[in-house]
Amino acid sequence: MKITRETVIRVAGLAKLALTEAETERLTHEMGKIVEFADKLAELELTAVAPTTHAVQMENVYRADELKPSYPREEILANGPERDDTCFLVPKAVDGEGPEW
Amino acid sequence: MVKAGASGAGGGAGGGASGKEEIAAWSMTQAAAGLARGEVTSRQLTEIMLERIAASDNNAYITVNPQALAEADAADARRRAGKARSGADGIPVALKDNICVRGLPTTCASRMLANFTPPYSAAVAERLAEAGTVLLGKLNMDEFAMGSTSEHSYFGPVKNPRNPARVAGGSSGGAAAAVAEDLAYLALGTDTGGSVRQPAAFCGAVGLKPTYGRISRFGVVAFASSLDQVGPITKTVADCAWALSLLAGGDPRDSSSLPHPPADYIAGLRGVAGLADAGGSGYGGGGGNGGGRGSDGDGGRDTYGNGTVFGAGQGGRPRIGVPREYMGEGIQAEVRRAVSDLAAKMAAAGAAVEECSLPRAEYALSAYYVISSAEACSNLGRYDGVKYGYRANNYDSLEDMIRRSRSEGFGDEVKRRILLGTYTLSAGYFDAYYKRAQQARTLIMEDFRQAFQRYDALLIPTSPVTAWRRGADFADPSAVYAMDLCTVSVNVAGLPAISLPWGTDGDGLPIGAQLIGAPLSEALLLRIAHGAEELGAAVNSRRPNAGIGTGPAVGAARDAGAGSAASPASGSASSTGAGSAADAAGDAGAGRSEGGRLDG
Repeated sequence: MKITRETVIRVAGLAKLALTEAETERLTHEMGKIVEFADKLAELELTAVAPTTHAVQMENVYRADELKPSYPREEILANGPERDDTCFLVPKAVDGEGPEW
Repeated sequence: MVKAGASGAGGGAGGGASGKEEIAAWSMTQAAAGLARGEVTSRQLTEIMLERIAASDNNAYITVNPQALAEADAADARRRAGKARSGADGIPVALKDNICVRGLPTTCASRMLANFTPPYSAAVAERLAEAGTVLLGKLNMDEFAMGSTSEHSYFGPVKNPRNPARVAGGSSGGAAAAVAEDLAYLALGTDTGGSVRQPAAFCGAVGLKPTYGRISRFGVVAFASSLDQVGPITKTVADCAWALSLLAGGDPRDSSSLPHPPADYIAGLRGVAGLADAGGSGYGGGGGNGGGRGSDGDGGRDTYGNGTVFGAGQGGRPRIGVPREYMGEGIQAEVRRAVSDLAAKMAAAGAAVEECSLPRAEYALSAYYVISSAEACSNLGRYDGVKYGYRANNYDSLEDMIRRSRSEGFGDEVKRRILLGTYTLSAGYFDAYYKRAQQARTLIMEDFRQAFQRYDALLIPTSPVTAWRRGADFADPSAVYAMDLCTVSVNVAGLPAISLPWGTDGDGLPIGAQLIGAPLSEALLLRIAHGAEELGAAVNSRRPNAGIGTGPAVGAARDAGAGSAASPASGSASSTGAGSAADAAGDAGAGRSEGGRLDG
């Protein structure tokens, strides 16, 4: 498939990546080459072939539904780029007045 | 590099009969023997390693463990009290920096995780700690394990200890360089498409990628979840076998880990004798290994079968297939000759060796890059600057914060893979790429399944070329991806494979030979590799195959240490016609190098 500038911009949007002009330019070329490489798969006759998701087939793995301690909140919060005593902080994501909590 | 631990490293180590250099060059098995005999202490081993790490400029380590000497002292105290936890108690080891250790940074060599300190340890880190090993630190790598050179690191490139102008390979380049430069007795890497085996080959070390699921991945940062596997990099095959026996086993915290009981990977090691006898019934431990996985409930698709696959060889000679698809065009001539040389020597030692075919081999690279990138884009979706990791300084909304954090936190190679993965999973392209890649995966596995009905192991190069120049300017990323030719199909099919050094090329760079086995055949694979290694003692220069071939390599170690055959090296015994013009592929990386790099 042909990779255009628009393709790269669209895919970058889906992947939540902001690309500079120069990056978009370079990646359009590089993605084109990589996709060409992937296009080799089109040579294979695959209509009757089942896909394999995992090389080693496993039955579903279950565990007992038991109460166990989770990681201490403070340790988990410690890696947060922005936090208060109990929460990770992010920019406001919902406009307007929310319901009273 | 954070060298917090190094400050405590004083002199005093390496007294007695052996000098520091010699002790540093010991295999893990030899170091264990030295500890068992009381010839050295863990503190001495650890001090020697820390001094060497501090003095090295190969950039193998990202973080040095400030607790290393304290851990060593604790190990020495246990041993003095007769309470050593295992033969490995007190051995200094290191982990690739995508393997979590509670309280130490785990960066994945990315700006994204430069400040991330995990609140828990990976299963493999726990297992090594339970065995009493001393953690030296965390090893450099390609960012998020994406790359074949260890140049894509936020902390700078790793240099190849054999030639600092060359790449160390990747993505576990720090692990391979650390072992090859005697900066650790054991290093753990991860292998998604060759990331343990290829750097081991480039640096002249031994690298094992076990069967998918053989080792728990709990606490290992995910790249491509249907391909990732942890693997040891060591100086000898016996060390690899030992490391695997410390690490193998199921883990309820990794539901993709295999519940099959690990085999005895050590008992079957026989040196060259293992090439004349595959080990009879159940080679080296039988039961849980190799057998028992016949029908996978997949409607008769006998995924790699069981008993019938092995043991049919006359007189128990191991049967080795050499797939022609990996021995022709695109393989550096010296590499091809080296692997042919090993095949001939294995045959002379008693193995049944013949050419064979994996007809769909040429599709493995494309399938691999589609599958791994798709899984990567999914796994890396979690990096959004909210709970951990890098957050951009300036943004004007939640969406903008996520986008900027990802764009500033990820390096170029990671962005490429995310974009490719997102593209192949996006509406309208899923069937053409991702689904086709998974169908190709079925065919590639079928080729291996058929091959393993005839052969106990397959022998091919680990890499089509030896280590190329750092900063080499490939025409485009897919030209570098093509260098993974010999390693990716193993991951696509979930197989175990081991790379061991086999001579050098005309520039003195190590060549890696790769042996591939059927699922869960590690015991047999290691047995064959152990034989090959002994055959190679004459052609492997730097690493004298110390401590192998002296009988049951281990019970550990007890005996091995003494006989460190420092068989000197015959340079490039296996390489003929140095500088052959036929090395087309080998020249691929020989282009210009970027400014500012050490090499010219």
